[in-house]
Amino acid sequence: MRRGLDASFSALPLHALADAALARAAELGAEHASFRLDRVRTARLLLRDGVLGGGQDATDTGLAVRLWHRGVPGFAAAPELTPRAAAGAAEQAVAVARACSAIGGGSGEPVGEPVHPAATWISSYRVDPFEVPEEERIALMAGWSRRLLAAPEVDHVLAFLTLVQENKFYADLAGTVTAQQRVRVHPLLFAQGSDPRGGGAATLRTLGPPTARGWEYLSGDGWDWERELAELPAHLAAKLRARPVRPGRYDLVIDPSNLWLTVHESVGHTTEMDRALGHEASSTGTTFLSPDGLGSHRYGSPLMNVTADRTAEHGLATVGFDDEGVAAQSWSLVRDGVLTGFQHDRRTAGLAGLERSNGCSFAESATHVPLPRMPNVGLRPAPGGPSTADLIAGIEDGIYLAGSDSWSIDMRRQNFQMTAQRCHRIRNGRLDGQLSGVAYQASTTEFWSALTALGGEETYRLFGADLCGKGQPMQVAAASHGCPAAVFTGIEVIDTGAEGLP
Amino acid sequence: MTLAELAVEAGKDADAYVAIVDEASTAHARWAGNALTSSALTADTRLTVIAVSSDARGTAAGVVSHRGAVDEDAVRAVVAAAERAARTATPAADARPLLTGDAVPASPDWTEAAPTASADVLARFATGLAATFERARMERRLLYGHAEQRRHTTWLASSTGLRLRHVQTAGVVDLTAKTEDGAASTWSGTGAADLGEIDPLPMYEGLSTRLGWGRRRVELPAGRYEVLLSPSCVADLMLRLYRAAGAKDAADARTVFRGPDGGTRIGERLTRAPLTLRSDPHEPGLRCAPFVTARGSADVAQVFADTVSVFDNGLPLSATEWIRDGVLTGLVQTRHSADLTGLPVTPQVGNLVLEGPGEGRSLAEMVATTRRGLLVTSLWYVRDVDPRTLLLTGLTRDGVHLVENGEVVGEANNFRFNESPVDLLGRVTEIGRTERALPRERDDSTPRTAMPALRVADYTMSAVSEAT
Repeated sequence: MRRGLDASFSALPLHALADAALARAAELGAEHASFRLDRVRTARLLLRDGVLGGGQDATDTGLAVRLWHRGVPGFAAAPELTPRAAAGAAEQAVAVARACSAIGGGSGEPVGEPVHPAATWISSYRVDPFEVPEEERIALMAGWSRRLLAAPEVDHVLAFLTLVQENKFYADLAGTVTAQQRVRVHPLLFAQGSDPRGGGAATLRTLGPPTARGWEYLSGDGWDWERELAELPAHLAAKLRARPVRPGRYDLVIDPSNLWLTVHESVGHTTEMDRALGHEASSTGTTFLSPDGLGSHRYGSPLMNVTADRTAEHGLATVGFDDEGVAAQSWSLVRDGVLTGFQHDRRTAGLAGLERSNGCSFAESATHVPLPRMPNVGLRPAPGGPSTADLIAGIEDGIYLAGSDSWSIDMRRQNFQMTAQRCHRIRNGRLDGQLSGVAYQASTTEFWSALTALGGEETYRLFGADLCGKGQPMQVAAASHGCPAAVFTGIEVIDTGAEGLP
Repeated sequence: MTLAELAVEAGKDADAYVAIVDEASTAHARWAGNALTSSALTADTRLTVIAVSSDARGTAAGVVSHRGAVDEDAVRAVVAAAERAARTATPAADARPLLTGDAVPASPDWTEAAPTASADVLARFATGLAATFERARMERRLLYGHAEQRRHTTWLASSTGLRLRHVQTAGVVDLTAKTEDGAASTWSGTGAADLGEIDPLPMYEGLSTRLGWGRRRVELPAGRYEVLLSPSCVADLMLRLYRAAGAKDAADARTVFRGPDGGTRIGERLTRAPLTLRSDPHEPGLRCAPFVTARGSADVAQVFADTVSVFDNGLPLSATEWIRDGVLTGLVQTRHSADLTGLPVTPQVGNLVLEGPGEGRSLAEMVATTRRGLLVTSLWYVRDVDPRTLLLTGLTRDGVHLVENGEVVGEANNFRFNESPVDLLGRVTEIGRTERALPRERDDSTPRTAMPALRVADYTMSAVSEAT
């Protein structure tokens, strides 16, 4: 159901502020000036063993002006929502560009884009989570916590709930004016248990991902919470009895609840054009990919098809327009295992010699300079492909991994190490108990070249990250990653229980 | 009247109030490939109101914050929202009486305005950076990095009479130098109270020397090595240890500091090396807020860090030893966790110092006495693998150098490591000279650090990373 733009946001003097900022920027000789007014409301709850441990309700509002002045980029942000502050931000953006002019520009100016003179976009959700009384939110999370605590395997439960509403107003000198509203929610529970026989301890978390939906998500719209909460204690009991993994190479069946994060790290960040250009070289790193490889670089198995998308319903990175006024798009990053695309904002598009951006400019809030970063990035399933059970049945000696846990990848997005919430031994096509200490290590292209089977549409699920960090100063963004279950053959597995210890 | 006072006086329905006002002002610039990529001046104000209400069930807190322009209407709206949240909230286990102005003296600079960052400081830095670029171009090197000047003022007021103010100033420069072909890369990071204290040219000169070490490439396999960890590497590892040092988390058996029969490991020797890990809000060069400022306690990024309580706002901080001469002596406490564990109230402090008993040798001197080992410049993408052992994984980055017979003989490939900083302390064989250090992974809230280089035996390099 489509809802209207929040009235308290619409009531702000959006156009007057934009006019004041852009007029002053133009007077000062700025090129490519744009204005943003962002309001981000975030509510968080934390319950320990069903008891409220903390809660926050934060609203961040501010305005920002971004421009180029004699080829030098400048940006300024201010908290006051007055025409004087808006014009002042334009002056400060010019001042900081002048101050840094000695350094020299040369890092590109934005490409042109079609103008969208009066566009409004609102994400798809049914129940505004902020309209749900806080006591109802607490009661639901406390109830879920108590259900888990009732299981004998569960000693402690931590429950988090995060609700976000983003409103953004954008206007630029070219004439684009957009107003948008997005909502996302993320309940997350950790169950901690101990094995009275062996004395071991383990933690298992719910796999339900953050999603761009409303409160209906907590009632089962988009995720079966009832089933997950019912199954979690048994999974935890099995994890407490897990045997240490024997290090070696295994065939892995990776559930989408784990594979999404590998897609995020080894494909999502890897195909960000600013990394290829070195813009993150001192911070979050570069990529082993080069624009020269478009259309020819073998990324992985011919089964590998990856799309970038800012239009998918309920995607965390889904918008109508990005933070440079570019309309949301969908495109291919990898087709049949070959690199076919990168992610651009307007500036990196220009530096790559392209005529248009594909709409990947993001800013966490008004105080953040927009950065190019990943949209929703997903691995396509095999049309009519097998179920997860069928994939497992085809493995003689391997491991089935579900749920993301620890992750780490090098600064060129090659060597990575991932762990999982649950790691099940596969013997002769059947699951045979859980393993502890499992971490899979691989190099990105080696890993994707080892992709030998994909699940069908029925195994495809949308997961995602809502705290992905990038840039200096660091800013976070959210992106979804859909993928099917998949088989990777002969992947190195280590026993973390034996690493780093004498 | 300050905004914080206005907020605590606007309250009507709750029993008590804490108001925290943050004014942050930042000037920063980024560059890549010897060219500017962004420059910015930002300012923002944040008001956080904690309303406390008690009834027969117990005491509850409602926490609401507003970032943006804060006028009287905004103050009233935030206070009313916090009151509603307090009425709705269930009693908090960590509830304790708020501190009072009688117990905690007011800050003498309470009424002073907040200092701001300006474009001028960036202009001065830009001139130095332009000269550094010129030199780098002549030497066919490419520079990447970030410079930031930050001014952050915090006012904390309560209806119980607290009036505390703190100004945190920071200048930070990250600089990465690469050879033109990208085959070699090295990094340096510097922090100071003011960006004006940092000259990028000497930073580049140090990097240039290290890039020269890369003329000989050495391919090394995974395995266990003696390593010389730079102070930056040690900072990244010790900050992970500090983050895992919550007393309640240990008592609840969630972390590496859990005791064998319940309780904690306080009193246990972690290492035979005479290492002391400590914090002090008045540490020269690393000054930080001398009182607890807790804006909330529901942070999913700190899943197992039960180390903050909004009821402790204003609690004075003092010099605290976490490890003394290799023995665990303290864990991070709230008043609530101190009651539960029976240990002293030792809240988290915004800085961290690791040191040995003497002055210690410089990293260059440590290299000169190394028979064979790896000199590691910085660490990257460090993540928890197992909280029960604090096993971490991560990568070396921007400079791993092979040292033989007292000299750097070449640049080695990067590695993935799997190590626990607690276990690693037990394998420290030499402690270098403690100096201000910038961790590679950080944000505005990361504690400031002073760290020594460490010589560590049998460091687990788990796999080779081909990244350069």
